[in-house]
Amino acid sequence: MARRDPVAKRTVAKIEKLAESVLRSVKGGGNPFVEIPVRSLANVRFNEKKRVVELGGQRQKRYFFNVSMAKKFMQTFLVSDACKELVESGKTTSIRDLYYITKHSIGDTKQNTFEEQDESDPIIEDLEVALDTLREELHLFASRKGTMVGPITIRDSGDTIDLRRMGSGGWGVPSIVEENVIQFVRHEAKYVLLVEKDAVWSRFNEDKFWKRQNAIIIHGGGQPPRGVRRLVQRLHRELSLPVYVLVDNDPWGFYIYSVVKQGSINLAFESMRMAVPDARFIGLSSFDKMTYKLPSNVAIRMDDGDVARARQMLAYPWFQAKQWQAEIQEMVRSGVKYELEALSRRGISFITEEYLPTKLREKDWIA
Amino acid sequence: MAAKAGKAARSDRASGQLELVSVEAPSARPVGRKAPVRRAVTREPEPALPLPEPPEPAPEPEARKPKRRSTAEEMATRQREISISEFFTKNRHLLGFDNPSKALLTTIKEAVDNSLDACEEAGILPEITIEVRDLGFEGSGELTKGEGRFVVAVEDNGPGIVKAQAPKIFGKLLYGSKFHRLKQSRGQQGIGISAAAMYGQLTTGQPIRVVSRTGKGKPAHSFDIQIDTRKNSPVVTRDETLEEWAPEHGTRVDLEIVANWQAGQKFVNRYVEHTALANPHCTVHYVRPKQERLSFPRATSELPKEALEIRPHPHGVELGALMTMAGDSKSRDVRGFLQSSFSRVSSQVSGEIVKNAGMKERVRPREIAADRDLAEKLHKGIQATRIMAPPTNCLSPIGDALMRQGLVSFLSVIETDGPEGEDGQLDLDQAVKRKGKGKGKAKAPEPTPDPAAEAEEGVEKIKGHEYFIATVTRPPRVYRGNPFQVEVGLAHGGSWPADKPVELFRFANRVPLLFQRSACGITEAVVKTDWRNYLLSQPKGSLPVGPMALLVHIASVWVPFTSESKEAVAHYPEIIREIQLAAQECGRKLAAHIRKRQHADYQAQRRSIFELYIEEVALAIGRIVERSPDPIRREFMKVAEKVTEADLESQDAKLEEAAEKTSKRPRRSEEDE
Ligand SMILES: Nc1ncnc2c1ncn2[C@@H]1O[C@H](COP(=O)(O)OP(=O)(O)OP(=O)(O)O)[C@@H](O)[C@H]1O
Ligand SMILES: [Mg+2]
Repeated sequence: MARRDPVAKRTVAKIEKLAESVLRSVKGGGNPFVEIPVRSLANVRFNEKKRVVELGGQRQKRYFFNVSMAKKFMQTFLVSDACKELVESGKTTSIRDLYYITKHSIGDTKQNTFEEQDESDPIIEDLEVALDTLREELHLFASRKGTMVGPITIRDSGDTIDLRRMGSGGWGVPSIVEENVIQFVRHEAKYVLLVEKDAVWSRFNEDKFWKRQNAIIIHGGGQPPRGVRRLVQRLHRELSLPVYVLVDNDPWGFYIYSVVKQGSINLAFESMRMAVPDARFIGLSSFDKMTYKLPSNVAIRMDDGDVARARQMLAYPWFQAKQWQAEIQEMVRSGVKYELEALSRRGISFITEEYLPTKLREKDWIA
Repeated sequence: MAAKAGKAARSDRASGQLELVSVEAPSARPVGRKAPVRRAVTREPEPALPLPEPPEPAPEPEARKPKRRSTAEEMATRQREISISEFFTKNRHLLGFDNPSKALLTTIKEAVDNSLDACEEAGILPEITIEVRDLGFEGSGELTKGEGRFVVAVEDNGPGIVKAQAPKIFGKLLYGSKFHRLKQSRGQQGIGISAAAMYGQLTTGQPIRVVSRTGKGKPAHSFDIQIDTRKNSPVVTRDETLEEWAPEHGTRVDLEIVANWQAGQKFVNRYVEHTALANPHCTVHYVRPKQERLSFPRATSELPKEALEIRPHPHGVELGALMTMAGDSKSRDVRGFLQSSFSRVSSQVSGEIVKNAGMKERVRPREIAADRDLAEKLHKGIQATRIMAPPTNCLSPIGDALMRQGLVSFLSVIETDGPEGEDGQLDLDQAVKRKGKGKGKAKAPEPTPDPAAEAEEGVEKIKGHEYFIATVTRPPRVYRGNPFQVEVGLAHGGSWPADKPVELFRFANRVPLLFQRSACGITEAVVKTDWRNYLLSQPKGSLPVGPMALLVHIASVWVPFTSESKEAVAHYPEIIREIQLAAQECGRKLAAHIRKRQHADYQAQRRSIFELYIEEVALAIGRIVERSPDPIRREFMKVAEKVTEADLESQDAKLEEAAEKTSKRPRRSEEDE
């Protein structure tokens, strides 16, 4: 049984400790609580030295006898109970599945323990930080998205996989990519290219960009999930490969880059495991429209939300570098944004044959 | 058995309504009638009589000259006086005898209204028995389906009727004691009971049978009275002195009529229930074919304040009436006439009027009666003079406390399983629209009883249901020189359906108004009130929706009805405004109650939510630590009791504050829906 696994044993002990502490305080007549590090911008610090986003020291007490917290308190223990069972039985499941496992109606009311998955996902993250465990240690994974190809052979759960022979679909990056699951066997890659979108990744794959350039190409379907981020970090650290990030020219694209680079606000507690502070932003730059002569009719007008978001980002400590300020300010000034696909205006393979090679050659990136 | 009546009053409403619609009394006044049927409308300016049809239509271009058909002389032979009784025979719908089901109600109503009037005037606490007998049922043992012969009997413990008066009262239309005075009473023109008698005579040939005794030791007289419709005069066909008659004093009338009990009983039931509601000093027994006797015991043994008779106020009088009054006056001059015939006319005021009219003081009332121009001068003079408002102590409202008692006993008699879901309103127009719709029987959710909460003021527990009752009696006001007073009462909650329009009960001088709801000024006032301010929903231009009955009473020395059928109150702005003010005042009380109730519900809910959460938490933690959940649950419950209400309330307050900050929505305006 998985109980023998020391990691599993430790995780179960942590859950039991949490429950015991609640029992103790109730026995003493107190209002029981769970202490959870605050996961918001207010409690996030940018560590200049390590160049990652870190969680601050603020903790929040979630009381049971509190009108606004009681339900979340209850939910925390429903999730804890379910995770303990998963760990003990050695099974792993998706967070969506966990939502269904823990969802039921309360008493004979019409209320449910969880109404939507949106309610249970943050509870899981709360539990991760409260227990100081990794999601994988709770035997949970997020929905998997993300695909990879390139001149590399890996071993996934014991199966050897040659990522040079993945056809048009590529290899699906699993949620858990720790060393015990994924090992790198051999490779001749020179760098990693992380693109924002599935569609753009397909262009690179079809054009056999990875072969020409000896690059590992990977995408995360928008904001890359933990598995993709962790894998990119491992490729960077273990194989000493530089990482280039190619995203849309809009506030969301910039944010994706910053998350890859130094971690997200929400998962700041895991930055150390996932951030790649050396990741390079290769495009789409706010100035590419001039350099690569993009016609104005492929631009998209920014809406109020975009502008507000961009302004917010100007204040983030990790965007304080001159180049970044210039990028964001130019975006706000022009009031337009571009998708990567806008480059297709110059030819369908312009992005793989001209744009990226030029940028790399001219070292036209932001580090 | 009380339950049955309540249900019967509401059952099969829809089925009967349609047929009534087609025969509903027209609200337009007949023109050209000989004997003026004096109803409130005569106070409104008389519309110009339409010109008689021109005898010959304008000749069409190619038409030949028409042949004379008749001469003035020939026509003269056919012209003769029409008696009021003959007129009525042809126009029975004007008085509410449109069809057999409505006639049933009208017959009962005329007799009961008289009994109540008589008792109140004599200072007797009324006890009235209403009996409907189905002659078909008594003959065959089968209830009559549809039209048939019925006997309506109404007995009271009133002052009785002097022997010599009885024939005229019951056998002559336009004979009564109330027409020539200005006083709050149900009857007005001396036509009601004799019209019922005539209806009986017309449809069954049977005379009205009357028994009356004026006091202990006095003989009881019994009569059969017919009406000679040609002459409008009574014919007594039987006159006996009864040896045995139980009541010490009082009157009983028996009328045999053609009626439709099947279709008409719902109106009668409603009338009886609502009469009991608006007359809490009255005991009503109700005896119906094949059903148990139903009694509405009086809710108070206090007689309503005596309604005083007043003289008309000069500002309310119209030209024609002014001339008639002048003709009746015994005064020597115009000032004497004004002072003696009107209220609030002192010698100083009469002087001013005469001056403003620019007439000589020595003008005789007779001259005014005869000279239209002179009368008009005087009328203008009156309008130009400032005169004190009429005395308002002449009115006899139900009063806050008694309205509440009336509502309570009304609800306890009609309530058992709650009102039938189907369309509570006796509204004929509505009936057409709603016909064919499903019988949704939605009920108000049971309020969670909170054992800790002490009884809230205004909340009455009736047959297991909680009602909030609020009443408002407005101070008296004046419209067109007539004092009037508005009262509004409401009963909210209980088992009234929450998703239906409220039940609107309209009353004028304590008489329930059952028809022409949408034509009534009371309805207009209620619809115009924004009930959303008082936490009820209200579709635009409609009655509010909610579990509520709303009672509106207008008391006046002269209730302005829109038509002779006395079914709807005219839309005088002064009256509408008063009703709205009263409704708003009641509404504010209701809103305070609803808010309190919501708060209590919320607290109870919160408590039980904690208990439910404790259950979940105990199970989860029990599994985690691999122990039984029961002791864990107990520990939590122990703490739950300690965590004070105050703690949670302060948390609530904080939450609310936060919520308010994030969502500062503007108050719903009149326009939006
Ligand atoms: N039950 C009764 N007890 C004593 N007096 C009665 C009774 N019924 C009728 N009367 C007398 O008979 C009169 C005539 O009654 P009737 O119903 O015809 O007219 P009304 O009540 O005056 O006016 P309306 O036509 O508006 O009903 C009344 O004014 C009243 O004086
Ligand atoms: Mg009468």
